[in-house]
Amino acid sequence: MIELANPTRFMALSERLMPWLWAVAALTCAIGLFLAFRAPADYQQGQTVLIMYIHVPAAWLSMMCYSIIAISSVGTLVWRHPLADVSAKAAAPIGAAFTFLALVTGSLWGKPMWGTWWVWDARLTSVLILFLMYLGLIALWRAFDDPSRAARPVAILALVGFVNVPIIKFSVDWWNTLHQPASVFRLDGPTIDNAMLWPLLAMGIGYTLLFFALHVAAMRNEIMRRRVRAMRVKAAGALVAAE
Amino acid sequence: MMGAVASLFRREIRLSLRVGGGAMMGAVFFLIVVTIMPFAVGPDLNLLGRIGPAILWTGALLATLIGLDRLFQADHEDGSLDLLTMTETPLVVIVAVKAVAHWVTTGLPLVIVAPLLGLMLNVEPGALSAVAATLLVGTPALTFLGAIGAALTVALRRGGLLVPVMVLPLTVPVLIFGVGATDAAITGPVPMSTPLLILAGLTLLSLVLAPIAAAAALRLALE
Repeated sequence: MIELANPTRFMALSERLMPWLWAVAALTCAIGLFLAFRAPADYQQGQTVLIMYIHVPAAWLSMMCYSIIAISSVGTLVWRHPLADVSAKAAAPIGAAFTFLALVTGSLWGKPMWGTWWVWDARLTSVLILFLMYLGLIALWRAFDDPSRAARPVAILALVGFVNVPIIKFSVDWWNTLHQPASVFRLDGPTIDNAMLWPLLAMGIGYTLLFFALHVAAMRNEIMRRRVRAMRVKAAGALVAAE
Repeated sequence: MMGAVASLFRREIRLSLRVGGGAMMGAVFFLIVVTIMPFAVGPDLNLLGRIGPAILWTGALLATLIGLDRLFQADHEDGSLDLLTMTETPLVVIVAVKAVAHWVTTGLPLVIVAPLLGLMLNVEPGALSAVAATLLVGTPALTFLGAIGAALTVALRRGGLLVPVMVLPLTVPVLIFGVGATDAAITGPVPMSTPLLILAGLTLLSLVLAPIAAAAALRLALE
């Protein structure tokens, strides 16, 4: 982590890493999709169960992304790691996109299964609130004229949100429940059949790799954007000095 | 330190009660929100009586958050915030005192007028006191959470709508247990004390944690 603190070194390393990351992500997603299409149809849900393989990993990723933003925020506030806020800023839109994907696929899945596009059930509602929190973070980032001043306020908001996520989850569960309870990550082992569990896990790993590929690419873009900005400021300064 | 805290508290109360302080603005806004609700859902008194507690809580939530952008901004503009950070009193305590004083002038009026507005919404008499009690316990949490948003946006020129956008998702638990306690008092199988105690817990938690975050945000803005 300390070696990577130098953005130049990060750029060099990530440039070599990027093609491999993309390739592994694409391969795992392809294997996951292949397994998913070979998996048996659900006895009750029929082929619509295929939506699960894109919906459930997206929901996992929506949580993981926020955790990564929170960890990066600690890095920004405590160690002032120069890449931590780049990482948080790059992860926020990707996390929002995965959360949006989870909501949309959930809605498409809910129509044939529950007979409605949207229900105000506990899980759906807490994911929707998570989505709104992502939008709040992005909105705060965009509100600063000088992007370099935005990093630490946004880190504070991200951590406040992170403390709130379990409280929101608990209170929304208390409020209403219709969505099925967790069936993969349980203390007494998964209740889902192996024939469906393996494709689901493969898709989960594929999504995670895809996230890292997108995240590193977005971080590279952000670093380059900052360099362009620094050059512009410098050029403007030189112009003023010449006059 | 107690003397400093007391005089800061008095200063805040005095400032917000003066012309331009906007102490009563929240209550007037609350009245307007409650007034437009029957136009939206229709004048059916049975329906209004059933959703009345929810209308009152939503109105109080919005009224609390809308007045918050001035919590630190006025002090930031005239420089008194810089002076406050230079005193011996820790900034966390200053933020907490300002938030409590803000609640006394904006949150407490909401609690006082809520039963009256509930009466207009045909909320049954037993529930009126429940709504007032839950607002009394819950609205401080909204002010404290909102203080974080106000501190984060203090140096921004257009922070207005940003505060509700950032803070509203965080207030969901308060709203759930506030309305939950009211419903429990009217119909619920759960005794009212269960959600009310959780609500009190949320308020105390936000009283302790929110000033820390808000003080950190203020320090950044003043750098």
